Amino acid sequence: MATAVQQAPRTHEEAAAALAAASAEGLSVRIVGGATKLGWGHVTDPAAIELHTSGLDRILEHNAGDLTAELEAGVRLAEAQRAFAEHGQMLALDPPLGGDPGATIGGIVATGDCGPLAHRYGGPRDLVVGARLALSDGTIAHSGGKVIKNVAGYDLAKLFVGSFGTLGLILSVNVRLHAMPAATTTALGSSGDCQALAAAALGLSSAPLELAALDVAWRGGQGGLLARCDGPQARRRGERAARLMADLGLERTEVTADDQGLWERQRAGQRSSSQALVRISTRPSTLASLLRAADACAGTVVGRAALGSIYVELDPDAVGRLREELPPGTVSTVLDAPPATRAELDPWGPAQRPAIELMRRVKMRFDATGTCNPGLFVDRI
Amino acid sequence: MPPGRSEELISRLEEICGREHVLTNQHELATYRSDGLLHLRETPLVAVLPGSAEEVQGVVRACYEAEVPWVARGSGTGLSGGALPVAEGVLIVLARLRRIVSVDLDDGRVLVEPGVTNLAVSRAVAPTHFYPPDPSSQIVCSIGGNVAENSGGAHCFKYGFTTNYVTGLEVVLSDGSLVELDRDAPGYDLLGAFVGSEGTLGVATKVWLRVVPAPESVRTLVAFFEDTGAAGDAVSGIVDAGIMPGAIEMMDRLSIEAAEQATGAGYRRDAGAALVVELDGPREECLYGLERLIDLCGQAGALDIRIAQTEAERELIWRTRKAAFAAMGRIAPAYYVQDGVIPRTRLSEVLRQIDALAAEHQLRVANVFHAGDGNLHPLICYDSAEEGEAERAEELSALILRACVDAGGSITGEHGVGVDKKAYMPSMFSEPDLDAFQRLRCAFDPPGLANPGKVMPTPRLCGEVPGPYRQHPLERAGVAERF
Repeated sequence: MATAVQQAPRTHEEAAAALAAASAEGLSVRIVGGATKLGWGHVTDPAAIELHTSGLDRILEHNAGDLTAELEAGVRLAEAQRAFAEHGQMLALDPPLGGDPGATIGGIVATGDCGPLAHRYGGPRDLVVGARLALSDGTIAHSGGKVIKNVAGYDLAKLFVGSFGTLGLILSVNVRLHAMPAATTTALGSSGDCQALAAAALGLSSAPLELAALDVAWRGGQGGLLARCDGPQARRRGERAARLMADLGLERTEVTADDQGLWERQRAGQRSSSQALVRISTRPSTLASLLRAADACAGTVVGRAALGSIYVELDPDAVGRLREELPPGTVSTVLDAPPATRAELDPWGPAQRPAIELMRRVKMRFDATGTCNPGLFVDRI
Repeated sequence: MPPGRSEELISRLEEICGREHVLTNQHELATYRSDGLLHLRETPLVAVLPGSAEEVQGVVRACYEAEVPWVARGSGTGLSGGALPVAEGVLIVLARLRRIVSVDLDDGRVLVEPGVTNLAVSRAVAPTHFYPPDPSSQIVCSIGGNVAENSGGAHCFKYGFTTNYVTGLEVVLSDGSLVELDRDAPGYDLLGAFVGSEGTLGVATKVWLRVVPAPESVRTLVAFFEDTGAAGDAVSGIVDAGIMPGAIEMMDRLSIEAAEQATGAGYRRDAGAALVVELDGPREECLYGLERLIDLCGQAGALDIRIAQTEAERELIWRTRKAAFAAMGRIAPAYYVQDGVIPRTRLSEVLRQIDALAAEHQLRVANVFHAGDGNLHPLICYDSAEEGEAERAEELSALILRACVDAGGSITGEHGVGVDKKAYMPSMFSEPDLDAFQRLRCAFDPPGLANPGKVMPTPRLCGEVPGPYRQHPLERAGVAERF
């Protein structure tokens, strides 16, 4: 197999010129950040050029007083978090990092990946306030700005969040930061009844506790909820959450401030190195039926109990069955899976028309030559 | 447009929506000549009030076939001329689409038509839940308009903007096709691109919104300071301490004076700045936070701190804050409301610049400020009866925006670009940036019929897509270059 040309531009101009040159020569480009999620999306032909963001790895700004930062795409999230932590701040984005040095901000934004904190803070679409982009015709353009409140111009950053690099290269993003919480506490409760667990999740999410995260973990007919409180009074709120869990019928409720490991496990459940990993998005109130579907396929579940966004790890051969078991209207996306499985089924599930036609028109306008990550995305965009 | 063709279009609109919902006489059209930006006026060819999504679709398709531009309008409270009609165009008034279709509190979702008012959504889910974006006009402004403008409000520092709460849209595109945009569906976040696009990408006919549990406790205080610098220090102290109030609002001396005249709330007239801070959330966090707030305001040199003890006292604080705009009428015959954003840490510096610019222009400027997120609302007072004052006010207004952009901010935080600010777009965005915006516009609306003449500084047409789409054209040329 031919090897791709490796490029690692060091400036925004170099990056844009690399895309433009590839486009002019009719060469395809695969954009690579931390290389932790390269297996996601359709199986595609190898690209002629691999464009690495490793040379775009500067934290351009950290405006601690304004709780904002500008990060180049190749900055590792872990490194950025260390820099923010020195000022008692964080980017409220906690997807699994895929090892050390791990995922880059560009890759996380391009895949729209997130973790348990999405319950409170949303995902990259909610935290990115501006972006600088390189398009395949060599254009460098930006949208949004440095301030968290801004409605001037179209929000192209949102268009690029979760676009899997198919519209162009994200050069840098402006993000909104949050103060690191003074303390965190997690309440836990378990159940062997998926209906009871789902009802408890609903009860907790509608309680005025302002949870930072509300996750579910489930496997083989047994599971639990994790509710994280953050803030100066985290302990008291955690105790309230645990009492509420008990009132809602959960068993073995407890409260712990030593909760890093618990949440690390939840994050780890969003990846699978040996099996298949499917992300499911649906209405939060269908949680019980999702857990039943996972049981039917011997799947292991982690996810956002109140957002209707869960991750199932299962045997690759069971993915089709899982999709059949899911309630109608459920979106399921295969993330990790052996290439054979990904080649066999559509990782994105059926494309929704007529929105897909509009998406194709967007792709045409931003990447008319089909240079950037061709074939990877929904409907093989 | 030749008279024959416009008559043809009008009769088609009458077929679609019924004759009584198609307005063509000048008297009836007068209501719709402007939105909240009153000095810009334009009479459309026709105003049409469709009664369903299907009728909206029919109207848009008729416009497409007749190649006639159209503008969608909600309640007309916008402050940037975003709903200013196009002469010879169709104005699509969504006021009859005001059903709350469904409320599902288990999923925290509400499905509404675009003409539903912002406040009606919160009312529909009260008392257990609420809809956080709360523009000052929330009693009358429509959700469709909020979607177009990505509306904010006093509580968006903590809770976010409209874009963070819209989970799905049904949209009619300019060719009359209907498309559903769902936040969870795989593919591009077209929903995210649509919210805040000021009616230039299409018209929303259904809106799915996320609502959240109502806070358990709310504590509101107003603190008075010697000047805006000290109040700004208090805001920095609060934010640095990791406290996230539901709202932090600042008023300067002139706006305190105006608001006090309106409501008689007993605000200190000797104070140079007032800070309204509202904490909401779990009981224990509010109690703890309130003590910290009092400390932090004290450390920043607060002259006086008043804590609302009853709901009536809280309402008075907010009424006084919200009266600041309207109350300026008591101080000056006319005023411009400006809407700019700055990084919060540049506040003192930018306010000093505004003071200097105001003095230079011999005009008074009152400042009302969403302090948490750096959104300034300078109110520029003038008297158009005085020779040259209106012109000086306009010039001052432009210079204030320039100061905001120079400080690293934005020309608009919540009012939108519309017609009012399109000339300022090049101060924030380069030609390639604007071209990139236009690419999105052309993907949604190639003939450019949806709200033309807004947002973009100069009219742009959509060209053909350059070259055919080539999926994998790498092999021949590429192989030789590989190693």
